[in-house]
Amino acid sequence: MALLEVRDLTVVFQRKGEEPFRAVDGVSFDVEPGQTVGLVGESGCGKSVTSLAIMGLLPKRGAKVTGTVSYDGTDLLKLSDREMRDRRGRDLGMVFQDPLSSLNPVVPIGLQVTEVLERHRGMPRKEAMIEAKNLLDKVGIPDPNRRLKEYPHQLSGGMRQRALIAIALACRPKLLIADEPTTALDVTIQAQILTVMKELVQDLGTALVMITHDLGVVAGLCDEVNVLYAGKVVEKAMRHPLFSEPRHPYTHGLLASIPRLDAARGEKLTPIKGSVSDNIPWAQGCAFAPRCPNALDVCVQVTPAEEDQLGRLLRCHNPVVPGTPAAEEVPV
Amino acid sequence: MSETLVSVQDMKVHFPIKRGVFMDRTVGYVYAVDGVDLEIKRGETYGLVGESGCGKSTLGRAMLRLNEPTAGKMIFDGQDFSAIKGEELRRMRRRIQMVFQDPLSSLDPRQSVESILIEGLRAHDLDKSKEETGKRLRELLSAVGLPTTALRKYPHEFSGGQRQRIGIARALALNPDLIVADEPVSALDVSVQAQVVNLLEELQEQFGLTYLVIAHDLAVVKHISDRVGVMYLGGLVEEATSEDLYAEPLHPYTRALLSAIPVPDPVVEDRRERILLAGDLPSPANPPSGCRFHTRCPWRQQTKCDTERPVLRELKPGHKVACHWAEQIRSGEIQPHEVKPILVEEGDGISPDIPLVGPASVTEALNP
Repeated sequence: MALLEVRDLTVVFQRKGEEPFRAVDGVSFDVEPGQTVGLVGESGCGKSVTSLAIMGLLPKRGAKVTGTVSYDGTDLLKLSDREMRDRRGRDLGMVFQDPLSSLNPVVPIGLQVTEVLERHRGMPRKEAMIEAKNLLDKVGIPDPNRRLKEYPHQLSGGMRQRALIAIALACRPKLLIADEPTTALDVTIQAQILTVMKELVQDLGTALVMITHDLGVVAGLCDEVNVLYAGKVVEKAMRHPLFSEPRHPYTHGLLASIPRLDAARGEKLTPIKGSVSDNIPWAQGCAFAPRCPNALDVCVQVTPAEEDQLGRLLRCHNPVVPGTPAAEEVPV
Repeated sequence: MSETLVSVQDMKVHFPIKRGVFMDRTVGYVYAVDGVDLEIKRGETYGLVGESGCGKSTLGRAMLRLNEPTAGKMIFDGQDFSAIKGEELRRMRRRIQMVFQDPLSSLDPRQSVESILIEGLRAHDLDKSKEETGKRLRELLSAVGLPTTALRKYPHEFSGGQRQRIGIARALALNPDLIVADEPVSALDVSVQAQVVNLLEELQEQFGLTYLVIAHDLAVVKHISDRVGVMYLGGLVEEATSEDLYAEPLHPYTRALLSAIPVPDPVVEDRRERILLAGDLPSPANPPSGCRFHTRCPWRQQTKCDTERPVLRELKPGHKVACHWAEQIRSGEIQPHEVKPILVEEGDGISPDIPLVGPASVTEALNP
């Protein structure tokens, strides 16, 4: 049994007088210790809501979460708030996208790190401070003794993100969820942070769920990749086959629309036509059909089921034949 | 008609850091742009890349005189753009248009698309007759790939990609020679990003435009630019054609930048060697002496680097670099070594040598 098993996770947002909105629609995946699983997709695909649902951070009112999230055999969704608070920070760590808004601006960094150690590991303040110093050192913050006394605004973006990782790691959680941890950072800083995270997975055997929109980050870091579109996983594969032979037209289109550093000059990009607002609801067919170059009549009538094809899960009626170039853009 | 459309000479933009309640005293400067020379040829795309805080946007804005440059000038089509003022400047602005990063905040939410597009035409007396203007608007919309029904709509009714198209149509409306695009695609999703990049390329072919594209994403810049300039802390460190820059980066910073960009291909990613830079970008208010990059440079040498500021020099035809040791690094004579990260002070970043006497605000003055 895997460390984290997410089965058929569904999140429906319901507001009075409005149609319910299925942000996450039957997402399933497993994470083993020492493994990195990626959730990729563009804005609005439900990747962040998935992570919040796993951590139990969605509001009780208005958001209906169904399915199971079993961590080491216990279903996290069935735990009470008190039990969940004991787990968060101890067993499950989370790193958010914007480090400035997820750190408390009026509390020094040191206290924010020791808070976790005191709460979950019952350490006295003095001991916790020494541990906090070691943690900051481990994530590559220079002069940690001084940094412990400083406030978040005194740190640069990269340092703040490191501090956040240090807090998430304070209790050596077995599972770490990172929601766009490098999106707000510059590329050279991104490279530093990704190296830190890679080392953690290797050295501590942490299971990592990496949520990002950047396929480049996924290519270098994740073992298994889930591509999300409009709340459903449309393709799931190990990273090598996924990138060398994308089968779902969305994955295929996404890869063709990214300018690559190693591409020859003058190579044209092939964008995916339209935008997310063109989607149709999954209940009526394939949500991607209106933007899909491979769409058939059946695509707008029948919702495609998830099919297992040689160790790869695919949700498509008419997948891309390996080796075909991306379809030309149809003028809108 | 000369081949060069834009020539920037020793452009400097320094923002004063002020302190004091009743009398403003300048206690230091943020050296946002500190001596940049560049030339843009007619019909080419010049890409300006760098990380946040390197001064690339400030340089773009100073060229358009949205910020007044502290020193230096910009020659536009043989005329000194930085010396003209008043009505003459206003007229000249027709020929230089800008596309902004955030398409929602750069469009007035209470103006319809029609009124957004007509505003510029009116300001420059190009709105002669109703029929002609109507025809022009339809032309513009079809050029950027929007339906004519868009005219009556408001910005909030469009998706991000379509809004950016409106921003581009607005820039095109006045038939400019130069379009300065500041991060034109960074607010968009990748699938939509490609649509806008392709559109910019098509429009360039169709109307013979010259672009200055400012972006942090080197992959995007490399894709659309003919020549690329890399900025670090207010200065250009390297300038080359986009192929050359990728094939053989000469400046240590460019090398590190290129190696840090993730490529969506696991085969490439597994093989790559990363040059990890230590620490953060130093504060532009208190830039390092000598070469601005020496505090983080893995190829730093004992001499020259921390004392002399390197100038941009041509190492091979069309490829300029600002590094004292570029030849030796290129030949492999100097090998990279480990760098200890240096603490970078956040906040106002004023040099510690300047005494901060006196209150900085009314609150401080009342509660000493």
